[in-house]
Amino acid sequence: MNFDKELDARGLSCPLPILKTKKSLADMGSGQVLKVVSTDCGSVKDMQAFAKQTGNELVSQTEAGGEYTFFLAKK
Amino acid sequence: MSKKMAIIATKGTLDMAYPPFILGSTAAALGYDVQIFFTFYGLQLLRKDISDVKISPLANPAMPMPIPMPVMVQMLPGMESMATMMMKEKLKKHGVAPLEQLRELCLEADVKFIACQMTVDLFEFDKSDFIDNVEYGGAATFMEFAGETDICLFV
Repeated sequence: MNFDKELDARGLSCPLPILKTKKSLADMGSGQVLKVVSTDCGSVKDMQAFAKQTGNELVSQTEAGGEYTFFLAKK
Repeated sequence: MSKKMAIIATKGTLDMAYPPFILGSTAAALGYDVQIFFTFYGLQLLRKDISDVKISPLANPAMPMPIPMPVMVQMLPGMESMATMMMKEKLKKHGVAPLEQLRELCLEADVKFIACQMTVDLFEFDKSDFIDNVEYGGAATFMEFAGETDICLFV
C-alpha cells in the first residue's frame, strides 16, 4: 500500500505508539496515508479506538512476525 | 465542542505517577480537553526535577518482586532506591516512556496542570521548584471544570 509518511513505533509501549501517531498526523494533509509499525500488541485495539474517536480512517492493519503494521488515512 | 476529562492526582510515587500522565496525554491525543489537579503528594510530580520520584515495596504487597521479600527486609536502608532502580530498568526494557517524557507530552498537547494552592502552602513548597506551566487554584477552581467533564478520575 502506498503511504506518505512512516512512523517506526517498534519497542514502544502504551501510550507512546498512539501519541506519536497523533503527532505524525498533525502535519499531514487530509487523505494522506501514515504507515505505523509497532511491536506493542496492545496497540492493535488502541489504534482501532484511536481511529474511531478521532475520525482518521484505519485503512488496514496486519501482523507479521510480532510486528503490527497500520495504515491510517488522515481525516 | 470537544469532550472533557479531569483527573485528580494525589500520589507522588513512581507507580502512581503514571496513570495521570498516561491518561492525560492519551485523552488529549484523542481530542479531549484535559485538566489535571495536583494535590497533596501529587504535587511532587510538578517539580522541575522528578528523577528522584520513588516506588516502595513497603506496604505494597501487590508489587511483583523477583524474590519473596519479608517486610523486615524491605525496611532496610537502600531498599527503596533499589526497588526504584529495578522498576525503572523494567520500564525502560518494556519501552514505557519515562515520567518526564509523558509529562512533556501532556504539556505539548495542552493538558492543563493545576496545583492545589492549599497543599502548596501546607507543605511549604516553593513555586520556583515547580515547572512553569502550572496554574494555582483551589477546589472551586477545579470544580468549575470538573463539573462539565465527561470523565473525572481520582488517582
